[in-house]
Amino acid sequence: MGINLSLTVNGRAVSADVDPRTLLVQFLRDHLRLTGTHVGCDTGQCGACTVHLNDRAVKSCNLLALQAQGASVTTIEGIGEPGKLHPMQEAFRAHHGLQCGFCTPGIVMNAVELARKHPNPSEDTVRAELDGNLCRCTGYHNIVKAIVAGAAAMKQ
Amino acid sequence: MHAFDYHRPATIKEAASLLRKTENSRVLAGGQSLIPTLKFRLSKPSALIDLAGIGELRGIKLDGATLTIGAMTTHSEVASSKDVAIGIPTLARLAAGVGDRQVRNAGTIGGALANNDPAADYPAAVLGIGASVHTNKRVIPADKFFTGTLETALRAGEIITAVAFPLPKRAAYVKFRNPASRFALVGVFVAEGAGAVRVAVTGAAPCVFRVKEMEKRLGEKFAAEAIAKITVPPGTLNSDIHASAEYRSHLITVLAQRAVAAALAGK
Repeated sequence: MGINLSLTVNGRAVSADVDPRTLLVQFLRDHLRLTGTHVGCDTGQCGACTVHLNDRAVKSCNLLALQAQGASVTTIEGIGEPGKLHPMQEAFRAHHGLQCGFCTPGIVMNAVELARKHPNPSEDTVRAELDGNLCRCTGYHNIVKAIVAGAAAMKQ
Repeated sequence: MHAFDYHRPATIKEAASLLRKTENSRVLAGGQSLIPTLKFRLSKPSALIDLAGIGELRGIKLDGATLTIGAMTTHSEVASSKDVAIGIPTLARLAAGVGDRQVRNAGTIGGALANNDPAADYPAAVLGIGASVHTNKRVIPADKFFTGTLETALRAGEIITAVAFPLPKRAAYVKFRNPASRFALVGVFVAEGAGAVRVAVTGAAPCVFRVKEMEKRLGEKFAAEAIAKITVPPGTLNSDIHASAEYRSHLITVLAQRAVAAALAGK
């Protein structure tokens, strides 16, 4: 049984009939083919699935798609594009804030909200506010550097 | 997940009617505990009644000696609210320490209370301040609300609409996090209100509880040393791979003293 879901994704109006069980991340990846948002743990812990729901970072594996009814969702595809990266993405590239890259889209999305809330974040603030994202490669050091630099770049 | 129907009512009345009419239906607030429960198939509701479309369940109001928070207000909204910062600053800090940023942006105070996780932060604040839980049917005092592990006084068809906190003179919450889950291994909320002190403990036992002996001593003298020798017997506390009951008992006394010191320092 499908229920109509209408929302805005990356500035574009989207409408579809979905099974109520559909998670927001499944809707984004499987229905809209926006596969930049990743499924890591699927238990609401790792943050690889982080997207913005009405400008707030949320874990899209831990929400039903229908909970985004009428809302505005932004995914990693909505903030930059090849050749024209978002300042936070550019900072991750410049500071090598990734190794395998799997967790990166979720961390970038969290970092963008973090930088809006803390325009001059200290390293301690960044580490504390990254509580909801796990990276199994880097040890976080370059991620933290990238976010501090990305936040500075976002002000310009 | 097992299959379920989904409803998104626009009013509390409509939500209550759907709950009453749909056998085995459940309320969906922020979903930060319910969605994982559904994924694990630990819960099999026939329908979810999503409260997200009900505007009257949101918002924060500071009115005289009471701070009222709508049930669907998120942890982030509580953490960043000016009214909460003025009325009960320690509650803003508590909200800022729930889960992680993404969870705080979705999870709600009403959902956290209805779920009554034994290691959740909000139950300690509600019991510690002596708040009252407002539902579509009645007002439930904190002392009657938390009845057991994941159990509350809420009846079938009853929906939390708001929580009303009397403003304490001073209060503080200190938690010792489980290093892996980041949930409270033990959390202690201390509040000095109108003529009485309350001490509430989360994380340590199957359900949040008060420590009356500490309250009595702190009522006589609001100072950390007044409770340095008061311990909660380990027999009533949880023992698991994360901490023994003896360790939790020890933590309660240590954290309660820290909470009193923080309340006195206005932190």
